Amino acid sequence: MIADILISACLVIAGVFGLVGSYGLLKLPDLMTRLHAPTKASTLGVGGVLLASMGHAAFKRGDISWHELLITLFLFLTAPITANFIAKAHIARNLTTKDLPPTGGPRDWATLDMSEEPVTPSLTEPPQAGRPS
Amino acid sequence: MIALALVFAFSCFGIGLLLTLWRVVFSPSIPDRILALDTMVVNVIALIVLYGMERGSGLYFEAALLFAMTGFVSSVAYAKFILRGDIIE
Repeated sequence: MIADILISACLVIAGVFGLVGSYGLLKLPDLMTRLHAPTKASTLGVGGVLLASMGHAAFKRGDISWHELLITLFLFLTAPITANFIAKAHIARNLTTKDLPPTGGPRDWATLDMSEEPVTPSLTEPPQAGRPS
Repeated sequence: MIALALVFAFSCFGIGLLLTLWRVVFSPSIPDRILALDTMVVNVIALIVLYGMERGSGLYFEAALLFAMTGFVSSVAYAKFILRGDIIE
């Protein structure tokens, strides 16, 4: 009975978080805020579903399955990387240097910086003349 | 009770899938579309796992795992193409 309540609570919480994540994708005003909804809420929603699935397998069928942990780990690792790439694509396409806060260094934001000169002090030895780097 | 909660979760993620589909079709910019496709993948993974729970079979986790991997790779490839005009430089 307690297992039933736990699994059902996990499912309901996961459903609410998944719905909030997808609704936030439509509701929030611009892309940088819209990034928050799927990467946080939906990841939590899927995490809840996978927890419920693990509980279901353990308490109802009596076999512990580790596939869900694998999926959870993979999703939790990849969601921030995807969000970072989408933010970089957004910066490159839709924003200029004036829209972003100053970097505080000699170089501009990495996505927008088109200059060819090396950073001083340089992190690597400068290439020698006549040799392709 | 678990059956009721399963129906609730199914409907929540189904409505979420429809909302992301709306955002894919009517999106203000291309990064938005990538984000919506990524959210769609996450919702579909949840639906596959829920279906596996309902059927009581462990077969569907491999499908969900494959979906997670291909979804990640395709989102990153799409974003990289938008960012640089090339995928592998």
